[in-house]
Amino acid sequence: MTEFNAIGPLAVLFGAVFTNNILLTNYLGMCSFLSVSREVDSAAGLGAAVVFVMALANALNWPIHYYVLVPLGLEYLGFIVYIIVIAGTVQLVEMVVERVSERLYNALGIFLPLITVNCAVFGAVLFMFIRKYDFAASLAYGFGGGLGWALAILAMAGIRQKIAKAPLPKGLEGPGITLIAAGIMALAFMGFSGMIRSS
Amino acid sequence: MGTLGAFLIAVGAISAIAAILAAALMIADATIGDYGEVKLSINGGERELAARGGQSLLSTLKEEGIFIPSACGGRGSCGLCKLKIESGAGEISPTESPWLDEAERAAGIRLSCQVKVKRDMVLRIPQELFSIRQYETRVLSIRDLTYDIKEVTLGLVDPPEMDIVAGKFVQFVAPAYGNSPDPVYRAYSIASSPSRKSEIQLEIRLVPEGICTTYVFTRLKAGDKVTINGPYGDFYLRDGERDIVFIAGGSGMAPIRSMLLDMAEKGIDRKATYFFGARAMRDLFLVDEMRELERRLPNFRFVPALSSPAPEDDWKGEKGIVTEVLDRHFDSLAGHEAYLCGSPGMIDASIKTLKGKGMPEDRIFYDKFA
Repeated sequence: MTEFNAIGPLAVLFGAVFTNNILLTNYLGMCSFLSVSREVDSAAGLGAAVVFVMALANALNWPIHYYVLVPLGLEYLGFIVYIIVIAGTVQLVEMVVERVSERLYNALGIFLPLITVNCAVFGAVLFMFIRKYDFAASLAYGFGGGLGWALAILAMAGIRQKIAKAPLPKGLEGPGITLIAAGIMALAFMGFSGMIRSS
Repeated sequence: MGTLGAFLIAVGAISAIAAILAAALMIADATIGDYGEVKLSINGGERELAARGGQSLLSTLKEEGIFIPSACGGRGSCGLCKLKIESGAGEISPTESPWLDEAERAAGIRLSCQVKVKRDMVLRIPQELFSIRQYETRVLSIRDLTYDIKEVTLGLVDPPEMDIVAGKFVQFVAPAYGNSPDPVYRAYSIASSPSRKSEIQLEIRLVPEGICTTYVFTRLKAGDKVTINGPYGDFYLRDGERDIVFIAGGSGMAPIRSMLLDMAEKGIDRKATYFFGARAMRDLFLVDEMRELERRLPNFRFVPALSSPAPEDDWKGEKGIVTEVLDRHFDSLAGHEAYLCGSPGMIDASIKTLKGKGMPEDRIFYDKFA
């Protein structure tokens, strides 16, 4: 049986939000981060969808990996299986949300198809196996990773709403200034890493 | 365990996981995804339709033979398919909101491609849209205009004729092929004269990776059946005596050519200047036909402008991007009106230049590629 990492779920959660923010330290999930961070409202919707999908993806793929793929010796098929599972479930969830509540669908559901094949979601799944998290830590990592991503996009949307009114050099408009702001934000988040012994 | 065993386990496991998810999705589609039969009441009860819920309003209406103009084919990126929905549309979704201003929201205007039909609806559809129809056609010929623009001539089969106003566009249906599992709809302006009611010409420029244009460039051949619907659009020559400025680039030639042919046939000899922007000689086309139009319309001038002519082009005409040439040509455009067709970048830049020369915004008409 796999030797799991002894780190507790709370430390993983904190790490995923701040010190190991999947967006700012791994630069995963960049495309939707850049394209949907123009307004705080839509950024909040997308952020909530990412929290939900990441937690769900980790919760589902963990048992599939350890109870199906590992016993059968099929770890090498992991990439295909994880993606199928994520895509299938998210579509299912989207249909349910659309049926149940129009308000919830407009606030969150409409973003779900955007992130089913998002690299941040897939990255979180891969990291939980590489770092050998147990189930509780994996759940915490998925949830925290989503929260960290949501935090980053919300902050970016706030910054961009302010930047929109600022006089910018022509060549920096749009993605240019956004990437620079993301870089500075990543530097700021590095400050958190002194607060906890590295995992 | 042999190789065969390992192989079977691998295939079996993946198939089982995929099958479980597929079954779950099919069950969900048949239960929670099924919105049953809904009633659509159009124009205060003039027309009542019963349709299956679950699809967008745009495609539901299309299935019922009512075609709402849409240049992007339902992706929510052109903002053309607006309709007034009196009840049953639900809340405005984030994909619609960028296209609707305050007044439209208050009036119940929605993007029909983003509104899903889930319950009975009461809506209004402008009367003239009912004249938009689907046409079965046959490809009569395909001709290369440049290395990346083709002229496709379609003969109308059923119905055999179309009433056209110069400047309008049709939607071309590219059937499912290769890696494109569903038919896609793309808008192309009619390039031929409105007097040719039984055949129309389209000018189609190859868009790299474009589903429809790739279909036209790699698969379509003379004799093929093609489905189109239309005609759509409010881009047409306004009546009056004002001098005209036409501006186009690439396949934006199409509606302008149709307008010019129409003017020549009807003998409308208003003063008109046509600026056509291209990169180099190899992007220019129909120059001979434009010169011929100059002879038929004594007050018409065709001004092609090349932004970066190749050395071998030996170009003696206007140089620069089309807005620079326009800028050099006129001191004031306060008394003119303008018709533009081309890429959003070109149109936006041209509008800026035209306004800078004193042209009021309500005299600038354009057809922007979505």
